[in-house]
Amino acid sequence: MIKSIRIRAALALVVILVALFYLTPSLAPQLPDFWKKNLPIDKIHLGLDLQGGTHLVLEVDTDKAIAAILHRAAENLKETLMEKKVRFLLLEGKADAATVAFELPDAASRGAFEKVLKDDYPDLEIGSSTVRDGRETLTIRIREKRAEELKKHAVEQSLETIRNRVDQFGVTEPEIIPQGKDRIIVQLPGIKDTERAKKLIGKTALLEFKLLDEEHSVEEALKGNIPEGSVLLYGTHVDRETGRRTQIPYLVKSKTLLTGASLESAKVSIGDRFGEPHVALKFNAQGAQDFERITGENVKKRLAIVLDGVVHSAPVIQERISGGNAQITGSFTMDEARDLAIVLRAGALPAPVTILEERTVGPSLGQDSIDQGLWSTIIGGLLVAVFMVVYYRLSGLVADFALILNIVIIFGALAAFRATLTLPGIAGIVLVIGMAVDANVLIFERVREELRAGKTPRAAIEAGYGKVFLTILDSNVTTLIAALFLFGFGTGPIKGFAVTLTIGILASMFTAIFVTRIIFDYFVWNRRIQTVSV
Amino acid sequence: MEFIKPGTNFDFVGKMKVAFGISMAMIVISIASIVWHGGLNYGIDFAGGTIIQVKFSTPFTIDKIREALRPLGLQGAIIQEYGQGEILIRIAAGASEPTGLSDRVAQSLKGALGEKSVEMRRVEMVGPKVGQDLTRKALLAIFFSWVGMLLYIAWRFEFRFGLGAILALVHDTIITVGAFSILNKEFDLTIVAALLTIIGYSINDTIVVFDRIRENMRKDPKKDLAAVINESVNQTLSRTILTSLTVILVVVVLFFFGGAVIHDFAFALLVGVTVGTYSSIFIASPLVLVWERYRPTGRKRKK
Repeated sequence: MIKSIRIRAALALVVILVALFYLTPSLAPQLPDFWKKNLPIDKIHLGLDLQGGTHLVLEVDTDKAIAAILHRAAENLKETLMEKKVRFLLLEGKADAATVAFELPDAASRGAFEKVLKDDYPDLEIGSSTVRDGRETLTIRIREKRAEELKKHAVEQSLETIRNRVDQFGVTEPEIIPQGKDRIIVQLPGIKDTERAKKLIGKTALLEFKLLDEEHSVEEALKGNIPEGSVLLYGTHVDRETGRRTQIPYLVKSKTLLTGASLESAKVSIGDRFGEPHVALKFNAQGAQDFERITGENVKKRLAIVLDGVVHSAPVIQERISGGNAQITGSFTMDEARDLAIVLRAGALPAPVTILEERTVGPSLGQDSIDQGLWSTIIGGLLVAVFMVVYYRLSGLVADFALILNIVIIFGALAAFRATLTLPGIAGIVLVIGMAVDANVLIFERVREELRAGKTPRAAIEAGYGKVFLTILDSNVTTLIAALFLFGFGTGPIKGFAVTLTIGILASMFTAIFVTRIIFDYFVWNRRIQTVSV
Repeated sequence: MEFIKPGTNFDFVGKMKVAFGISMAMIVISIASIVWHGGLNYGIDFAGGTIIQVKFSTPFTIDKIREALRPLGLQGAIIQEYGQGEILIRIAAGASEPTGLSDRVAQSLKGALGEKSVEMRRVEMVGPKVGQDLTRKALLAIFFSWVGMLLYIAWRFEFRFGLGAILALVHDTIITVGAFSILNKEFDLTIVAALLTIIGYSINDTIVVFDRIRENMRKDPKKDLAAVINESVNQTLSRTILTSLTVILVVVVLFFFGGAVIHDFAFALLVGVTVGTYSSIFIASPLVLVWERYRPTGRKRKK
């Protein structure tokens, strides 16, 4: 213990001033200019449960991303095998299966197949194989190590895409962070239209251009006879007069000619005929070239514009289109068109995402919680303060002073460390008010004991503080251990509780022991009081 | 002012058997209640599902709301009043497609009660995957916090002390959880936070008593352990009660003024702090004595 009261008092003063310094931006309605330029201007950051907003936990379906990559690779492999004149049969499987099956007629083609795989497709490997009647059926899959990398990449890419979308949607201070292996946390403070935001974030937005299969009939396909190399997709038609929605089936070739990855920009524009919004697309240089070639080769055929497996339109290609412009029409509202333009600009998600968890708090509930939290703190604080004075008289007053400092330091630390204050966090502060006086109770009880044993005030205070110091330390460490587990386990609001509890306990060690001791020492040493009011 | 006069000397150790009886009874009742209810009444954090809190500015009846939700296939939803002019709708996981659910509920309610009268205050949706995750995390957190406390006390004191303290903690946790089960209150994340806080608080209380026991043992190593324990509990009794009182004071404030979200949290703390105070007086220290008397090997203290 430092002996000099002056040095100790100065130290305490510094701590308090630092706390107040960090609190100034939160308390002052208007900061002077020199402060804004040079000094911290962060207000205490409120959690979504206090300021209102939406918290989402998304899961990226990385298995689907891997499956998509595998199936694309399988398509390429098919072409390479044909070029190299390897005999094989590609067995149709589900689009999201983790393996693709090939059938090889003899050992020679097996050898050639393996060579192609080894030379040109290092990411692929043979999974299982069965031989029947001399024909071998084998499955290929993506190497496990590579798959892990690709999954990680898919999550990173999803995160980036979602960040782009949210930024363009216009949310102030959104937070988009990865969690665990395949999850993404999205926090949108103060958002009003949650449903719209969720649609915007969750949309895969995979834009594909595919030719319509006009050689086969849709009716046959609807009966279940879908020709090889084609798929049955649907689109919605909205009747302009009645507003009725009908599903229209389309038979579309599986091969994707062009995707949204070739876009340079997408924006909303208003059609001249009906004044309806649609999305105007502009391809990048390569995309424009491809688009020109595709349209040139397929004049008079119909080109389907497919978004996430839904056909938006399937216009007839009238002529070769150069310049790289296209548009998606459909029955959009203005908001829908705007959101579609955003997701197309931001790019497609590499894999579908699902919302695992959502917590939305409206702004009025947040304000109510702040009010209730504030009142609880004030009432709780007053009750404890009055109790301490009644029970310990002037010494209780000293403890109350320590309590006020404690609260100032908690808020100051929250601002300084940019921690988030949540509703359970406020509850933590109220709880700390009740628990922080414990140190003083311990000390005062001990001082009373020592005084009863006939010690002088100075000796009693010396003994009181000295003997209980380790006890206070021990008991606080256990509370801190509990807070640590809370922090490790908890989600947002509960983490806030762990934070205020931890700061409060640490601050109480300083205020209830160090600061009160200065006051007692001052009166006992300098004023030489003969009795202690305890 | 003094609640406990100096020189007070209750025979806590003598009441050991009664206290153990009471505690055993409470634990048995708690566990029986949990079994009887077929597990705890898990909130959406653990069970998954959706809750929607809605505020109405015009008069409403629960029946009218139930009627409004019927077309959405939500007749199984639990609707309860929640503070003034507010309701809480609980929809079990799997009862409805979660995408756009809150929007559909909002539209239906607005259709039934008027556009302006309905305010969506809060929506929480937890998928089953997250629920399982949180359950596992919660159990681990509670278990490891017990182990953490045991290690700390065993290190700072002695193993026998650690054992008494931990049994007292398990005792506090079970009884608090039991209280939730008996009242069929919803058990969610904030309650687990409360439990962890109780664990931290109860051990804190126990340590103060243990500290005194250790101090008194050093002062007079020949003294009978039972007498030392009694003396120490009595000497710290005033502090134990006072601190519990200030904590209970603020918890009661939270209970009444903290708002609906904090209400059950405060209730858990109230039960836990009360039981924790009782256990550090009547259970934790006497358990040290029991361990000392009945442990199979090792040296016995001489009188």
